[in-house]
Amino acid sequence: MSKKQIKIALAGNPNSGKTTLFNAFTGLKQKVGNYPGITVEKKSGKAKLSDEYNIEIIDLPGTYSLFPKSMDEQVAQQVLCNNTDEDYPDVTIVIADATNLRRSIFLLTQVIDLKMNVVLALNMVDIATKKGILVNVNLLSEELGIQVVAINARKGQGIESLKQVIIKTIDEKPKKPFLDVTKIFKDVIEKANEIRGVENNYASFLTLCKQKLSGELLNRCALNQLCKQHEIIPERIQAKETVKRYKAIDKVIFSCVKKGAPVGKYQFTKKLDDLLIHPFFGYIIFLSVLFLLFQAVFSWSAYPMELIDGLFTDLSIWTANAMPKGMLNDLVVNGILAGLGGIFIFVPQIAFLFAFIAFLEDTGYMARVSFITDKLLRGVGLNGRSIIPLLSGAACAVPAIMSARTISSWKERLITIMVTPLMSCSARLPVYALIISMIIPPDEFLGFNLQGLVMMAFYLLGFLAAIGVAFLMKFIIKSKESSNYIMEMPSYKIPDWKTVIYTIVEKVKIFLFDAGKIIIAISIVLWVLSSFAPGKKFEQIEQKWTGKEDAEMHIAADKLEASYAGIIGKTIEPAIKPLGFDWKIGISLITSFAAREVFVGTMSTIYSVGDDNIQSIQERLKNVKNQETGEAFFTPAVGISLMLFYAFAMQCMSTLAIVYRETKHWKWPVIQFLYMGVLAYLSSFIAYQILS
Amino acid sequence: MQKLANLAIGTKGEIRSISDSDLEQKLLEMGCTPGEKIEVVRRASFGGPVAILVSSYVLSVRKEDALKIDVQLLKDE
Repeated sequence: MSKKQIKIALAGNPNSGKTTLFNAFTGLKQKVGNYPGITVEKKSGKAKLSDEYNIEIIDLPGTYSLFPKSMDEQVAQQVLCNNTDEDYPDVTIVIADATNLRRSIFLLTQVIDLKMNVVLALNMVDIATKKGILVNVNLLSEELGIQVVAINARKGQGIESLKQVIIKTIDEKPKKPFLDVTKIFKDVIEKANEIRGVENNYASFLTLCKQKLSGELLNRCALNQLCKQHEIIPERIQAKETVKRYKAIDKVIFSCVKKGAPVGKYQFTKKLDDLLIHPFFGYIIFLSVLFLLFQAVFSWSAYPMELIDGLFTDLSIWTANAMPKGMLNDLVVNGILAGLGGIFIFVPQIAFLFAFIAFLEDTGYMARVSFITDKLLRGVGLNGRSIIPLLSGAACAVPAIMSARTISSWKERLITIMVTPLMSCSARLPVYALIISMIIPPDEFLGFNLQGLVMMAFYLLGFLAAIGVAFLMKFIIKSKESSNYIMEMPSYKIPDWKTVIYTIVEKVKIFLFDAGKIIIAISIVLWVLSSFAPGKKFEQIEQKWTGKEDAEMHIAADKLEASYAGIIGKTIEPAIKPLGFDWKIGISLITSFAAREVFVGTMSTIYSVGDDNIQSIQERLKNVKNQETGEAFFTPAVGISLMLFYAFAMQCMSTLAIVYRETKHWKWPVIQFLYMGVLAYLSSFIAYQILS
Repeated sequence: MQKLANLAIGTKGEIRSISDSDLEQKLLEMGCTPGEKIEVVRRASFGGPVAILVSSYVLSVRKEDALKIDVQLLKDE
């Protein structure tokens, strides 16, 4: 028997528990994509509703109303207001925070007025009760004319009843509009209905407020004309309607919500805030949190990384012996497995970093960090909300740049986008980790891991560079618009572990598959480039050394130099020699322009071509000798120069692509690429010349 | 009548009007309607944002924006 498939949209304010409810519905069966043409993340998933129904559920971006101010909120409006949209839901769930009922049902009442089949999921009733806020659910349902279900999204309570109610609501529209806009703006709404050819009073009202509902471009002229005739100023009617709507909501709240004395630790958030946003200790605590974060990411992930490294080494040895000798064996072991190992080894660090960021967001601490840093960041042309993109930039610039969308000022958002890639992302982590492990001894310094401290210094350097460049851009980029910063400070919560784990799984997946694809492809191309040479060069080399001492080693080294990869590396060597790099690093630099993490894979491939001793990459690189001096090639000067180059250069095609999509202009990614390139070359040059 | 930006922590009042149309629209939909009671709960260092308690949640606005919000002070009961 085939089941019926229905579409569900999940809407609600930020911090209302929307994502937690979404996770409770779908588990790990989620899909992250994009809405067509824009970069707003689209999260959807499938779930079973009953024996009769399956659902496809979309997690809409958090919004306070159907008057969007950002691209994210625009998406929510688009899906809900346009019944020809492919995601237009059969049933909409609006989730509301019971501790904050007045504000969170504003959106709900708008959805009711759009005549949608809607259910209210009332979350956090338990916390409300503790705070002394008692909600009469049955009365609320009666007043609103829709079904209301009390749930606890975290504990998964009430989900079954919610499912039952959804089924009931498939054929049940709200009984009455919550606020009848025709009573406020009589004839105009009817005329707007006529122009639009749709009998939906509230949707017509929204178009009169200059809201761009999709597919309404044709009607725009006629609607503007209508506004003129009736002397309607869109901003004024929108404000008037909002005030009336809140008055109606206040009446409902008055009858359905009783306020009693708070029970227990109601003061928890206040007390914690006394410390965390203290004018002095707040900053100290923030810096300590960052410090701990990087120490932890570095030292906690060391053990699983060793494990993965060992696993890949064993796998390579096993494969090398199990497969018949020859070209294919070489390709699999030194091309594919070497590349794969280079990716998997960084999963622990990425997982820990995203875990920390998800944890800080979910507890509500990030909002406090924005609050105490807004003024400071604005001094350099950023915004308190830039702290989230900047910190997320320490994980990956791509989602970080996307998260800059919450900044409403275009100039501040643009500057945030332009400097976020200077933050050391997780793709630089492999490069730093590899080089640090070679040039910095694993000693303790003042009780801290010295390698961890150097790592932190590089993260700090990225941050300082970002601040410096932002400051310059503040004077270069012109803008007339005013900037706003209005932000809710949610109550502190113990993070929902499921949400944190889902975030980690999602990000690691993206890293492994999206970055992994490129890395594997490049690994194979590299293997080809370094295993073949023009003409009969390889044969000549073999003839030259056959029978002599250490023949195999010399043949391998000469072959690499003669190969296509060697030719490319040699060509660019004069340009990078002043930075302390040789042609082998040159090859890695070229391949890293697709994505930085390719560096480790490339180094690993280049130095393993023709090498029959399977070693870990660290050991292999440590043994590389400088051909002129005979000493170890990776001196501190070369290492620092290389790390600086990676810290500043824009070597990520995905980031450039996302910057183009977010700024809608090629100018910005090009400027970004150039300024970062110049910064990288200059700082590497200076560092190498001083240190060597 | 006082500007929100000039109020000390702990001051209670009622929102009267907001003089910037963009700002007004954003604050209105977040529940800062005329007559709504507010309390100043935090002020960030270095002239940073002001946090107010409004209909049982905490909202932060920049000092510059808080200058555009008129508040009628309430006497403590």
